[in-house]
Amino acid sequence: MNVFFVPYLAVAALIIIGLYAVILKRNLIKIVIGITLIESGVNLFLITLGFRENSTAPIYTSSPGGIMSLPVPQALTLTSIVIGVAVLALMLTLVIHIYRHYGTLDVRKIKEVEE
Amino acid sequence: MSGMSKIVKTMSAVVFPFIMIFGLYVIAHGHLTPGGGFQGGAVVASACVMILVAYGSVWTMKKIKEKHLSIFESLGAIGFISLAFFGLVFGSAFFYNFMANTQGFLGIFGDTVIPASTAADINTAGLLPLMNFALGLKVIAGLFAIVLVMAYATNKSKGGDKK
Amino acid sequence: MMDFLTTHSPALIVAIPLLGAFLTPLIGKINDKVRNIVVILFVAFTTFLIALLINEVATNGIVTYVFGGGVANIGTLEAPYAIRILFEIDGMNAFMALIAGILPLAAVIYSWGFMKEETGQDKYYTLILLMTAGMLGMILTGDLFNFFVFLEITSIASCALIAFRTDNKYSVQAGFKYIVISAIGALFVLFAIAIFYGQYDALNMAIIANNITYGFLDKVALVILIAALAMKAGLAPMHMWIPDAYGRSPASVTIVLVGATLAGLYGGLRVIFTIYGQQLSTVLHKIEEIEIHLSQILGAFILALAVLSIFIGVFMALKRSDFKKMIAYAAVAEIGYMFLAIGAYLITISSEDPQMLAAGIQSLKGGIFHILNDSLDVGLLLLVAGSVYFATKQTSLNKLGGLARNMKYTTIFFVIGLLAVSGMPPMNGFASKLMIYQSTFQINPIISIIAILCSIMLLAAFVKVFQSIFLGPVIPSLKNVKEVPKSMLIGMGIIACIIIFIGLFPNIVIENLVTPATNALQDTTGYISAITGGV
Repeated sequence: MNVFFVPYLAVAALIIIGLYAVILKRNLIKIVIGITLIESGVNLFLITLGFRENSTAPIYTSSPGGIMSLPVPQALTLTSIVIGVAVLALMLTLVIHIYRHYGTLDVRKIKEVEE
Repeated sequence: MSGMSKIVKTMSAVVFPFIMIFGLYVIAHGHLTPGGGFQGGAVVASACVMILVAYGSVWTMKKIKEKHLSIFESLGAIGFISLAFFGLVFGSAFFYNFMANTQGFLGIFGDTVIPASTAADINTAGLLPLMNFALGLKVIAGLFAIVLVMAYATNKSKGGDKK
Repeated sequence: MMDFLTTHSPALIVAIPLLGAFLTPLIGKINDKVRNIVVILFVAFTTFLIALLINEVATNGIVTYVFGGGVANIGTLEAPYAIRILFEIDGMNAFMALIAGILPLAAVIYSWGFMKEETGQDKYYTLILLMTAGMLGMILTGDLFNFFVFLEITSIASCALIAFRTDNKYSVQAGFKYIVISAIGALFVLFAIAIFYGQYDALNMAIIANNITYGFLDKVALVILIAALAMKAGLAPMHMWIPDAYGRSPASVTIVLVGATLAGLYGGLRVIFTIYGQQLSTVLHKIEEIEIHLSQILGAFILALAVLSIFIGVFMALKRSDFKKMIAYAAVAEIGYMFLAIGAYLITISSEDPQMLAAGIQSLKGGIFHILNDSLDVGLLLLVAGSVYFATKQTSLNKLGGLARNMKYTTIFFVIGLLAVSGMPPMNGFASKLMIYQSTFQINPIISIIAILCSIMLLAAFVKVFQSIFLGPVIPSLKNVKEVPKSMLIGMGIIACIIIFIGLFPNIVIENLVTPATNALQDTTGYISAITGGV
């Protein structure tokens, strides 16, 4: 009963560290890594919701019988991972373009307000 | 970027077909074991990226241009959505699985699944393996194009692409 | 044939732009003009299907469509359970889908002339069709995870379009800021959806609305959802991405981005009124015989933020000297008006005074009517700004002047847009703003006076812009500007004609479009029983 709380603590830790990296870090690549950490935390939360005690994998082929864990959150997590890959590719391409224009990756030097 | 040493080039050329076969196995058995379109496509794409890293981007850019990959990606996507439209034409709703449990619409992928069986029958589940193939083709072309364009853009040559 | 199209129209409305988006790179390699014509045909066909769907909902009630065939409810009447993805369309969905169908049509016709000299036009048309499919999917769906997937598709496609001109360093920077904020917001929406799934074991909006209680986890989910979706809609203090994104993207992209913003607003409305609909009258505190309901606290909170948005939008619009950023701040103020109407309705939803109830319903009608009007008005102004940029390559107000001599049609369109945005008769902005003023005056007079004053200040700001850009002496460097190409004029003309039509005959629109939408938004049990009572 008590050891099943560990994944939820990991989810909270991942999301808090990810938010810390996005808000307080100055390098653009570290901000991108922070967003990836938040996404990993939410994916872990989705999978942990589908777990039941003493269950096996939800596959029909050569299954040993008994209850199976829920397969729907696994499908949702897969979709979320694919979306995360697309967002990551887009962000890194934009970082390459910003580096080519400004020559630096420091957020404080890029923030010029032009009017 | 330039390529790596001769040992790395030879070993990656030897290992590349095995990784590709494993990736195609994961795509093809998507309806029986964990896997499917995206997972198998990501495995094959990482094999292609291994070749890109080992041989250098200048050499790879001469062999494969980005517009060929764009044609493959469009073909995969059109295949996927045409299969969904066929469900509308032959059945009652969009995405309807008209080939499952029919014992052969054109004789492929039509058997029924017996629950809790011990052997896996690949000849089942109707429309799903076909959609897995189309999706796998699109994912391979798409992921490889992303890494290829990034390698091209960091080459500091003129005319890097937008995406 | 018509029956076939009408029955399957929910799926076809999302699938046809997707098919077009995948076909466009192949056709573009062959010929350019053929590709443009094919794209315009696809978007026009989608708009025709949306008109068929509105007709169907008006005659036959709520339409449901189950993907993959079969029945929606596989449980019993007392314990309903739905497993397939389904689209459920009532009056509110049909109304928003109309907006999301007109805006891309005008944008695609406009961009024939606007994008003629840019490179990479294949990718541009693909992304616009993907964004249209994502917006329509967000609006028509009845399943929460499906909503999240379409939300992410729309935000990825619109980020790539905002950063489309990669040689301009401010566009790339605006795109990066947009994707960071949008990705974090969408991830928190996924977190709230996971909380819902863990509690009720269902992802369908109607099933969750049937079983919802008001425990601790539901409060957390409500706060996260409202915060993330209000950020997508642009409510202050989370409006920071709107001036950058609207101001730095090409003009035809910005008008579709207005549609995507309003689709996010629709998501917020669906969460508050349908999913939490039966819990809105929960009593939270009791102070000596006066009960305070959840709806009143929510309504007061939204009202405060809406007034803040109106203030920030109007005052920053007065201060700016960049044409497109000024229109962006005006758009923030208009979103504030919509939330003002919704907050006023929420405050009166559980009072016993019949006059307050009637005033609340009228303010909801005004708010929903204002969604339609505002998208058209701000869209027309943005297209005019794009035309000015196309002719003169400048956007700063200090360097423009005296354009009315050479660009007559653009001036006329700008005057129409100016009158419509600030709520002057005979344009459509007058009708909806009058309803909002009347109803909020009965609820709390101070709010109504603030709204009227800010509307007058917005008129003053735009008159100043009109005088400085179009009237006045001609600046020597701008002596040879020509009128913009015909395709851009046709695009602007479509929206101007619809604005004038709604302004002259507002009752037709209110009876046929706005009143069904308002009734559908209040009627939670009808939404649920369309699923559980059997398809």
